[in-house]
Amino acid sequence: MTRTIWDSSVGKKTVMAVSGLIMLLYLVVHMLGNLKIFFGSGEFNHYAHWLRTIGEPFMHYEWTLWVIRVVLLVAVIAHATSAYQLSRRDIKARPSKYVHKRPRASYATRTMRWGGIILGLFIVWHILDLTTGTVHPGFESGRPYQNVVDTFSTWYGNVIYIVAMLALGLHIRHGFWSAAQTLGVGSRTRDRALKTIANVLALVLTVGFISVPVAVMTGVVS
Amino acid sequence: MKLTLRVWRQKNADAEGAMSTYEVDGISSDMSFLEMLDTLNEELILKGEDPVAFDHDCREGICGACSLVINGDAHGPERTTTCQLHMRSFKDGDTIDIEPWRASAFPVIKDLVVDRSAFDRIIQAGGYITAPTGTAPEAHATPVPKPDADYAFEHAECIGCGACVAACPNGAAMLFTSAKINHLNVLPQGAPERESRVLDMVAQMDDEGFGGCTLTGECATACPKGIPLMSITNMNREWLRATRKAGKR
Ligand code: HEM
Ligand code: SF4
Ligand code: FES
Repeated sequence: MTRTIWDSSVGKKTVMAVSGLIMLLYLVVHMLGNLKIFFGSGEFNHYAHWLRTIGEPFMHYEWTLWVIRVVLLVAVIAHATSAYQLSRRDIKARPSKYVHKRPRASYATRTMRWGGIILGLFIVWHILDLTTGTVHPGFESGRPYQNVVDTFSTWYGNVIYIVAMLALGLHIRHGFWSAAQTLGVGSRTRDRALKTIANVLALVLTVGFISVPVAVMTGVVS
Repeated sequence: MKLTLRVWRQKNADAEGAMSTYEVDGISSDMSFLEMLDTLNEELILKGEDPVAFDHDCREGICGACSLVINGDAHGPERTTTCQLHMRSFKDGDTIDIEPWRASAFPVIKDLVVDRSAFDRIIQAGGYITAPTGTAPEAHATPVPKPDADYAFEHAECIGCGACVAACPNGAAMLFTSAKINHLNVLPQGAPERESRVLDMVAQMDDEGFGGCTLTGECATACPKGIPLMSITNMNREWLRATRKAGKR
């Protein structure tokens, strides 16, 4: 069955939809967690510490976090690989363009591809910046509040982050509704509701995530 | 009307093609688009030139033979087939660009004629029912609920023209394939092959080199028969259902 799914364009798209929805679920939780920054460094750093102790005493220190990380890593790889392979297939299927050009609705497809690449690069940068601190001069492990304020005190930190979150909003707007069609749960009667949920999710996530750098820039969080 | 036509000319499948410009005069707004091309071809033949090759058959919008991308739109500006498009949709002095369907699964044979046999092979993979042939069966022998009959009919309207593929930025044949699958899968007559039909037709569609769906909806906008985009959603659901069932066996 695994072979049938991965060998079929419809199956590969299913992989893309499921992995996308897993990441989406994670992002909703992640965004809500980030908002704790508005309650000060004590609460935010304590929350970050708690993330490492979830499931104790059954789980060892950081085990739950590692399980989540592995699931997300598998999701990102599955999503990006299927996106790449399907896009290659699509481009090969339509090699010659029409001489008579007209604005086409391929707008969504193009923003999904470019947006996806932006998101992929962002994920790498984001981990090197705030998880490992590799690209973050003055990074202090265990003090996430200070690290976040530090990142958003640089102009490039803000630009990278805000551009990526706008790309995320666009990606989810088309992606959530697309996933419903791919998984066969869309229907004529549900279409309006699905599009509304997609728009609301996109807006809430984008605004929620961007509120943090804006708060640092305006001095609400410092 | 007097019109300037820019037409894709290509001697054969292997030749390089290019747009050629022609002037046609004396076009009536009551002519169909194909009659306008007939007028051009009569002039070309009189001049001893090679007439423009294009596909057509019924000329009443039911066979799916006619094609043409007109000013960037499959079947032109109206939501109908090229044979049912009338010249009243254009103005005197217009320049009209005429190109063949573009997709690697639909190679150009000559000028505006493309090879659509990939569609035939998708149908051969499962677009039929196995039933004993002979005299027509008693109409009431197999009851079909009205909503199912309507749904089947809506999808049975697909004439296999390929405009959906031509309009799709990915050269995908999902709308055509889904129309054919949904038409039969909803009916009791199609039930015995419900799973193998969707699995085999989708596999054949992939093998022919069509692209995949990114849900831009260009296909459903171009379709002269109004096959809805949701048809693809329903095909995906059928495919997932069949894959799950096949996995249990
Ligand atoms: C590694 C970075 C990423 C790449 C390269 C990428 C690329 C893509 C592409 C090309 C599509 C298909 C668009 C279409 O069919 O028009 C897609 C769909 C989707 N993406 Fe992403 N994306 C990435 C990250 C994400 C993230 C972080 C999320 C989490 C919210 C996400 C959620 C989705 C969803 C839900 C879909 C819809 C799947 C479907 O069409 O059925 N993606 N992605
Ligand atoms: S789905 Fe519509 S556009 Fe596609 S082949 Fe059928 S009738 Fe033509
Ligand atoms: S010629 Fe038959 S549909 Fe146009």
